[in-house]
Amino acid sequence: MFDGIGRRVVSMWFPRLASDRVLRAHPVAGPFALVLRQGNADRLHCLNAAAERQGLSRGMPLSDARAFCPDLLSRPADPARDVQFLQVLRRWATRYCPWVGLDGEAGLVLDITGAAHLFGGEGAMLADMRQRLARAGLAVRLGLGDTRGAAWALAHYGEGPAAPGAGLAALRDLPVAALRLEAETTVALHRLGLRRIGDLAATARAPITRRFGPDVLRRLDAALGHVPEAITPETEPPHYGVRLTLPDPIGLQGDVMAGLARLLDQLCAKLKAQEAGARALTLTLRRVDQGAQDVEVRLARPARDPARILPLFERGVAGIDAGFGIDQLRLDATRVEPLPAEQASHVTCDRGDRLDDLISRLGTRIGLDNIQRFLPADSHIPERGFLIAPAAFSDPEGPWVSLRPRPLRLFPPEPIAGQGARPPHQFRWRRMRLTTARATGPERIAPEWWLEDEAWRSGLRDYWQVETAEGRRLWLFHTPQAPGWFVQGEFA
Amino acid sequence: MRPDFTSCFPLRKARVHEACGAGATGFAAIMAAQITGPLLWLREGWRAEILNPVGLAAFLDPARVLVAQVKDQTEGLAVMEEALRDGAVPLVVIELGQPLDLTPGRRLQLAAKAGRTTGLCLIPEGMGSNAAETRWRCTPVLDAEGRGDSTPQHWEIIKNKAGTLGAWHVRWDWAARRLDVVSPAGE
Repeated sequence: MFDGIGRRVVSMWFPRLASDRVLRAHPVAGPFALVLRQGNADRLHCLNAAAERQGLSRGMPLSDARAFCPDLLSRPADPARDVQFLQVLRRWATRYCPWVGLDGEAGLVLDITGAAHLFGGEGAMLADMRQRLARAGLAVRLGLGDTRGAAWALAHYGEGPAAPGAGLAALRDLPVAALRLEAETTVALHRLGLRRIGDLAATARAPITRRFGPDVLRRLDAALGHVPEAITPETEPPHYGVRLTLPDPIGLQGDVMAGLARLLDQLCAKLKAQEAGARALTLTLRRVDQGAQDVEVRLARPARDPARILPLFERGVAGIDAGFGIDQLRLDATRVEPLPAEQASHVTCDRGDRLDDLISRLGTRIGLDNIQRFLPADSHIPERGFLIAPAAFSDPEGPWVSLRPRPLRLFPPEPIAGQGARPPHQFRWRRMRLTTARATGPERIAPEWWLEDEAWRSGLRDYWQVETAEGRRLWLFHTPQAPGWFVQGEFA
Repeated sequence: MRPDFTSCFPLRKARVHEACGAGATGFAAIMAAQITGPLLWLREGWRAEILNPVGLAAFLDPARVLVAQVKDQTEGLAVMEEALRDGAVPLVVIELGQPLDLTPGRRLQLAAKAGRTTGLCLIPEGMGSNAAETRWRCTPVLDAEGRGDSTPQHWEIIKNKAGTLGAWHVRWDWAARRLDVVSPAGE
């Protein structure tokens, strides 16, 4: 195991990360604070240096802060954006060393072992960090030590680097709170008269452990390097985007498709490594005159097979105006879904795959939402007895039950002339004179009162299956509460 | 001399056929019941008249049906050609409102041949394309016995490229889900 000799760690602490983030976008001259609603009170979440000079502090109610400092400007805090911003900083910090981890809500920890000489030594590296962060408008406190604990302590309680191998000497005069202890423990140690780390290190270990548990001394040992402590670098989230820049512009459809095929191979390899499949892809073609055109493709099912995805782009690429030529192709999987590897078997057929491919292909022509399937619904109302859902985003369901014959075609009710509760003997419908030969019914369907439906305002309906002497079999209904006769469907 | 019904129905594979008349939808549903696998039904999105899956359940499982809503007939024909050529769907049905020219009809025919799939156009009376393999006129007729659970129809071939014309009385048996050819009453 690595014993800690020669290891160098930088701790970066951004004491005003949230307010600095907002002020970078909207600079403010005077005192400024971010406000977070906690319970039923607005409290200060983060404030700038000018506000701190006015005597304001974190956690103070906003109304009190206004009384202290009438010209205080405030904005609502957005902790989620702060977390994102810290991730951005973490990514930026990998310019100094590859081993960067998050440290709390507003800190980073960098293992710069063996990287400092690239920046001309530790002093120059810290100066570079300070300068770049100051230019970015971020307040930062840096600590450099042999261990993560020492670096943290120096960043928070005693700005500055510790010499290599300094150990306890660098931390002796710092308060015990610099050991990352809980607030209660710190207070209890203060009451015992142990105010500095040096005091704690000089005390007998056993009584401390008995009184406070093993945590206090473990923190001390970690800071001094007796116990190893890891820095966990975060993995980058997978990025599903690839691009191809060309030395000379291209304009032929075949050339674009050939470039796209290369990109697609790369992208699909990435997707395969992550066991994911693309659901939507965007191809951006940049022209030499800096104009950009997009081709978007949506798939009926997540896929990562280049041979299946490539033909879907043909239609979109054919419609692109190449102008003076295209010199960059960029392919992004804008929507990615997990797609685990499947066991290949001689039993499975490829019919489902082929159907999904067809749906994707037709989707590029008429829109993926326009290819639909029927799903059963639980309602007696004829027009609500089924749902229509996009086929790409639903699975076939069943069973379909109909207790009584239902027409094959439905249309909005078409009024016919008729009186009384029984179907008219003769009626005109769609310019045809029809004679009722046989009528089966009535089947009474009551409106669903819990749903507002304009078409069912006329109340109850008595449905009749009418066979006409001319042959056509129609579905008529009578509304007894608002007398009238209508045709709503036709049987096979 | 009347040709054998089984030589004409189910419709010949890898061809495009046409059906007209009031019973054309029922004809398409009965044809779909003869095959296995999915079915693509193309309709123009703006039309108010829709296929009722609950009624369709008497013929086939509505879960097999995919409905594509197209903007107009041109788009519908393009989608149909692509679906026929692909071969993933054994039967493609399209509802047409305007007359079909020889060229689009022939293109559909070639696409169906390439994909080994069957196409069926539901056309208004007298608006078919010359390229169609067969054209059927389907008229529902009154059930003289009054059994209620059957649907007698009069099916007539009015164009046949590969045979002679003919006419039959058929009824769909709801319980057995089977098409019966019957001799009309009084003949």
